[in-house]
Amino acid sequence: MNNSNMTHGINYKALGRKRESLSLEKETICIQVKELNLYYGEKQALTNVNLSIPEKRVSAFIGPSGCGKSTLLRCFNRMNDLVDTCRIDGDIIINAQNILDRNVDVAELRRRVGMVFQKPNPFPKSVYENVAYGLRLQGMKNRRSLDEIVEKSLRSAALWDEVKDRLHDNALGLSGGQQQRLVIARAIAIEPEILLLDEPASALDPISTLKIEELINELKNQYTIVIVTHNMQQAARVSDYTAFMYIGELVEFGDTDKIFTNPRKKQTEDYITGRYG
Amino acid sequence: MRKTLKTWFDSGTPWIWLNAGAVSLSLIMVFGLLIMIAVRGMSHFWPAQVLEFDYTIASKFSQRIAGEINDTVEVSLENLRNSGIELGKEIQQNSQWVTRHLIKTGNRDVLGSDFRWVLAPYMSNEHFPQDIIVLERSEWGNLYGYLKAIKQNGQIVSENSSAWTDLSPRLDRVKNIQEQIRDIEKHKIGEINYELEQLRLKKRGLELDKNNEPEILSQIKSSEDTFKQQFGVLQSELAKLYQGINRDKLVVEIMDGKHIEIPFAKIVRAYKPNDMSFIQRIGVYLSRAWEFVSDDPREANTEGGIFPAIFGTVMMVIIMSILVTPFGVVTAVYMHEYAKQGPVIRTIRIAVNNLAGVPSIVYGIFGLGFFVYFLGGNIDQLFFPEALPAPTFGTPGILWSSLTLAILTVPVVIVATEEGLSRIPRAIREGSLALGATKAETLWRTVLPMATPAMMTGLILAVARAAGEVAPLMLVGVVKLAPSLPLDGNFPFLHLERKFMHLGFHIYDVGFQSPNVEAARPLVYATALLLVIIIVILNLAAIWIRNNLREKYKAVEN
Repeated sequence: MNNSNMTHGINYKALGRKRESLSLEKETICIQVKELNLYYGEKQALTNVNLSIPEKRVSAFIGPSGCGKSTLLRCFNRMNDLVDTCRIDGDIIINAQNILDRNVDVAELRRRVGMVFQKPNPFPKSVYENVAYGLRLQGMKNRRSLDEIVEKSLRSAALWDEVKDRLHDNALGLSGGQQQRLVIARAIAIEPEILLLDEPASALDPISTLKIEELINELKNQYTIVIVTHNMQQAARVSDYTAFMYIGELVEFGDTDKIFTNPRKKQTEDYITGRYG
Repeated sequence: MRKTLKTWFDSGTPWIWLNAGAVSLSLIMVFGLLIMIAVRGMSHFWPAQVLEFDYTIASKFSQRIAGEINDTVEVSLENLRNSGIELGKEIQQNSQWVTRHLIKTGNRDVLGSDFRWVLAPYMSNEHFPQDIIVLERSEWGNLYGYLKAIKQNGQIVSENSSAWTDLSPRLDRVKNIQEQIRDIEKHKIGEINYELEQLRLKKRGLELDKNNEPEILSQIKSSEDTFKQQFGVLQSELAKLYQGINRDKLVVEIMDGKHIEIPFAKIVRAYKPNDMSFIQRIGVYLSRAWEFVSDDPREANTEGGIFPAIFGTVMMVIIMSILVTPFGVVTAVYMHEYAKQGPVIRTIRIAVNNLAGVPSIVYGIFGLGFFVYFLGGNIDQLFFPEALPAPTFGTPGILWSSLTLAILTVPVVIVATEEGLSRIPRAIREGSLALGATKAETLWRTVLPMATPAMMTGLILAVARAAGEVAPLMLVGVVKLAPSLPLDGNFPFLHLERKFMHLGFHIYDVGFQSPNVEAARPLVYATALLLVIIIVILNLAAIWIRNNLREKYKAVEN
């Protein structure tokens, strides 16, 4: 195998990924995190996080368990609001608006910032109703446009061919991988700007994982994607930019190739080469 | 030996046996209870054979007795002697025990009571006469005797054996007329009475408002007159029907040789108990069982059916369910989803749990004081002043009973619903919120539907408790005999202020408050069986609904 196509044993060509030369400076910034500190009660979970996430790219958060990558991700659509003891300082700016502001309409924010969770969580409704859920929330009643969007979303999530004959069956009858793609379809049905993926493949088998990764690759043309993953190879395969976090701090954020081949910080290198984590 | 006993204990076998034993014992007790109630209750409707015998006490005093053997016991001679019963030579004085039968002799109008005890040794010439007949009457209980003749307008039209064949068409004719009478009395006259009462209330209402508009008054007057006229017509119709119904009479010879006359109108059912095939017996059995579940009670509830009680019980439970479910669910949702979890809500939760343990009669007192007197009294003042001083809602009724039972059972619904809400995976809520749903939308569209099986569980427990509750109902709405059902054809059809009958209270009333306890006892079992069946049916219906919901909303478990 040609060495130029291989980095850390991953064949990017096989994934169909173009390795263009990327530079953070040239990107349009989609999410800007400034001086973010987050506490669960007394315990500080995020310390002084500064981060700019580029638009229409895939950014991955990696790091050992408990380093705060999921917590940071959940700040972007304010999922942390559900935790009573959680307190946040700092700014997160999306579309020139500080979303941590008290006056922000959280429901509206979450419509713009979709999220997919670690374990597939389809509602106990039909496949169709799962995808239409967000649309119905927005008051869409027209049967024809609902049908259209549901089909389009399922196609984008590469699930249409598998479920088109059982749209009105319970979604819980799908396999784990199908459920996860259904959840992605559900998230993109309402056309968010940003898609947050919280370890979307960690509960899936290798084939389903591969499908999800292919899907991410396709979706990144339309959405800004932020993915949290435990799996470094996955980060290397799917992301354009990678952030390495360690004990609540952002250690390094940059071009994925650079992070994996030539990290600036020693901590990053140690983690990537498997010395801890 | 010691060693083996220890290994036996360590192996866990004795505990398994202990558990299995406890389970079997519980099952035996439950099924024993059900079987006993079922056997005693269901055998009540079986047409037993009628035994006729001569009864000679101490060779002096002889009489002829006929009846069904109801019970047989052994009594000690000592007891009999002590209670002053003469013991003749038929009884072996050296034996200690003597057999005694309880005979249902019927003919209460002549003999004074339905039952009597007889000593087996005094009985002789026992046989089951083929042509003895049983007449079930609407008054005075059963009659046992020989059919002698049928009279029409006082003239004998058929005698002896031909009378029996003549009996059933005449009985059908009478039944037909009775049906018409009931229709007129219950529905037509009932309607007119209802309308007249409404007019009276309207007039009184106008008086209270100091409204003397002659136009309205004359209008009321004229419609009153129309109704009175209709009433008159119905009255004359009724008189004709009554004349027709009293045309035929039966002449029956009873055991002491007396002939008595019985109008056909008083006969519910007639059969020859010793001259029936098995199929005919089943026919009588089914007709009696059907009468029991579909008819109104007679003779201070000791005869006839218990339909009003069944209807009242079911309706009360349904109204209670309608009241308790939204109330309990809303409370549980607030406590689980919106209230800040802390010492206050913890205290409330403990209080709610303890409410379930408050004796039910306490709820009865509360219902009487708060619902009936306070709420009902004020409703009367505000909305029904024209009916005062006769109360409308300020008196026990089915609405207050349902409400009282609703607060009695609301803790169960709250606890079950909270349990269900806490079992819904966090991931599902987050999934909905992440799609831009507000908390209320998430609750309404996803969480609550998924919690419906738990709500149904709460409702099932509530229904099971409410359907069997009697004590509080005696204070807030149940009566021995309700003149009309809470649901009928008169506007507004549902009369929530009416008193009602209830199976649980019926059991108590018939079993302990009845003048004829012996006769009523099998009825108590039959009523108890019916109560159990109704609770089981209500529960099965709820369980069926719950299982369907569960299937529909089975969530990602764990």
